[in-house]
Formats: sequence, C-alpha cells, structure tokens
Amino acid sequence: MTNNSTTDTSSLPLGEMSEGQRGNLYNYILGIADNSLILGQRLGELCGHGPSLETDIAGTNISLDLFGQVRSYFQYAAQISSDNDATEDTIAFLRIERQYRNVLLVEQPNTDFGYTIVRQFLFDAYHLLFLRELEKSNDETLAAIAKKSIKEVSYHWRFSSDWIRRLGDGTEESHERVQEAVTDLWMYTDELFHQTEADQAMIAEGIGVETSKLKEIYYKMISEVLEEATLEVPEGKYFHKGGKQGIHSEYMGYILSDMQYMQRTYPNMEW
Amino acid sequence: MHNVILNVQTQHIEPHLVSILESVSDPEIPVLSIMDMGVVREAIEVDGVIQVKITPTYSGCPAMDVIGDDIVSAFAKANKKAKIKLVLSPAWTTDWITDRGRKALEEYGIAAPLSPEADKEALLGNKKIVKCTNCGSTETHLVSQFGSTACKALFKCDICQEPFDYFKCLK
Repeated sequence: MTNNSTTDTSSLPLGEMSEGQRGNLYNYILGIADNSLILGQRLGELCGHGPSLETDIAGTNISLDLFGQVRSYFQYAAQISSDNDATEDTIAFLRIERQYRNVLLVEQPNTDFGYTIVRQFLFDAYHLLFLRELEKSNDETLAAIAKKSIKEVSYHWRFSSDWIRRLGDGTEESHERVQEAVTDLWMYTDELFHQTEADQAMIAEGIGVETSKLKEIYYKMISEVLEEATLEVPEGKYFHKGGKQGIHSEYMGYILSDMQYMQRTYPNMEW
Repeated sequence: MHNVILNVQTQHIEPHLVSILESVSDPEIPVLSIMDMGVVREAIEVDGVIQVKITPTYSGCPAMDVIGDDIVSAFAKANKKAKIKLVLSPAWTTDWITDRGRKALEEYGIAAPLSPEADKEALLGNKKIVKCTNCGSTETHLVSQFGSTACKALFKCDICQEPFDYFKCLK
C-alpha cells in the first residue's frame, strides 16, 4: 500500500480534541474500515478462482474499490492515532485479531457463489445506507470519503442485487442454493446495527451515523429484492454478534494469517 | 505532510503548466491525457515548486500512483520540481472527461460513458444505447458490469460479434 502521494485530508482541529475523543474517532474509523478490509480480503481470495471470468473480475474489482476506500480511512486514522509511527500499513497489517472491529458477516467464507453473492448483497445494502448518512457527517474527511465511496458502492449493490434476482429466479438448483445462503447468513445481519461505545460517542458529536435508524429501511430494501427473486425472507430471530467488540469467528484467524503473512515474515517490507 | 486542503471545488490550472500536464497520459488508457481525463484539479507554481492536486477516478485505482510519478518526471524533464497531493472531494465524475477525451476513448475502442443507467438497461434488455466501437451498431449487450479496469464494463456487439469496453458512467 505504499504510496508517494498523500491523501488531502484535514478537518477536525485534531489538536483541540481530547485524548478520549481522538480515541473514539480512531476506533470509529476502524469500525467502518475493517468491514471493507475483511470483505475485500475475502473477495480477493476469489481472484483467479471465480466461477466464471466475468464474476471473477467483478469480485476483484469490488475488492479493489473496497481496499481503495480502506486506504483513505486508514490514512486518516493514522493521523489521529496516538501512535506516531502508525501508518495505513501498520493499521491494516499489524493488529492482532481482537483489535479488528469488523462485523461477523464479512468474515464468512466463500462457501460457493451463492454464499459469496448473498454476503455481498447483505453487506452492500447496509454499506450504501450507511454511506448516504456518513456523507452528512460533521467530519469533513469522513464525509468526503463517503461521497466518493457511494458512487462505487451503488454499483456493487446493483451487481449483487441483480445476481440475487438471477440466482433466486433462476434454475431449481440456483434457487435452492441461494436460499440456503440467505437463511444461513441472515443471523449476521442484526450486528450491522449494533453500536459500540465509540459509535455512540461519535453519534453524539454529529460525526457518526445513527445506525439504529437504518435498520427498518435496510430490511425493507433487502426483502424487496428477495421477494422479487422468489426467495423467502427468513424469519429467524437468533442473531450472532461479537465482531464489533473484537470477538470474531474461527474464520478470522485464518484470514489474518493469510493477509498478514508478508508483513509478519518480512517486517517493514515494501513493494 | 498533513496540512492540506480537503476541497478543491473548481479546477485551477496555471496556463504555463498545461502543456506539460497534457503530455502525461493515463497508464491504463494511453491515448488519453490526464488533463482530458479530468483528474488534475489544481496545478500552481509556488516558490519554484509545482503543486499538483489529482483526484482518483475510483478509490482503488492503481493508476493513481503511476500518474503521480509520471507527473513528477514530466516536470523533472523541464527542470521543475513537482509535488503531488491526492484530493477526494468533490468526487470525480465522468462529466469531467473532455470532449477531446471522449473522442480519444472512442477511437481507441472504448465506448464513452452515456448515462448511469446505460449498462443496467442493457443488462435488463430494455434500452440499447451503447454503441459498438467497431461497427457502430447499438445492437449490443452487457457481458459483465465489471471489466478490465475498475472504470470499465464489458460489452459485446450482436452484429459484428466484437467484445468491447464501455467506460462506466459515474455521476
């Protein structure tokens, strides 16, 4: 991720923020960015292994968009970090599992294309709604990153929801398999709307997004597509949580060992 | 390093810097200069150093690093030092591609962006408006929403059977 140009960001008078506020903002940014980082990593696993050339390219393109967004967030987080040596790279690659704030949904494996696309679909809907609010943030940097990302994520949403329609209203087998993925992954949706301490502090500052207000529209948005795709909207009321607090599923360690391998093996390596 | 501006609302390029910037082309689309692409938002000379602000087409566009390096070396050839900054706001839009840029794209074999719905319409078979860059027919269909780079979608012509890239419309 090394780069000779710096992202043009400045907004909050960082010097005027208390240490507590800085810590909350830092954790808030990581909470947003880690979702995209881990989902991007999951999609990257499909590079060269997609079910068809077009979907392979699509997955890696979406991954690239997400990593691009992550870089902007992490560059900003590095400025806020109390650690003067923090860079986008150390934040991305040198944290331990418990320090990642992503939701459990994005770490779920690429079981088959049905699972991959349902995971994407369930996240894209949330991501889009979230960014549309974040672009109104009092924090100019976060608002700018959101404005830029919305354009990309709208396209991700279009891609994933189109595939839900195709698979759901496709063959008997595609219908069955995508339905299974929807039913299975449903239990990870509620966590998207959970709020950490940092989230609440940032909402109070007018910086963070009040996610509880997005919940209703989120379920409406995905249910409409599922119904159109002749799929059943699950009624499960049991939901998993923990990722936002750093308590991840078993998958997370494997993702990180893959993702961090180069930086851990060759510290400070650069391309 | 961080005392920089977030918003560059209007493009501002000092006239004496234009020709050098026009000599730098997009590494993914060599026929297109970065000026025609609309990614240069500001170029000013301050105390002998050229300050250039560029904006990415897509957040993850890997060409941005190369573009930054190419600008620095283009100015170095003219014995000038250039510094590059990346700006995110306002976000790049395909409307910033110049008419000359659109023409260059088409001649190169990449259909220029039309409307945000053009590729969706093609996918759903509603309206066919994307023209084949080989034979000019609008009897084309969308093969993939994501193409060879983040900014392109893949189309195929039903008349001449040629596949071609369509520059996605970003507004």
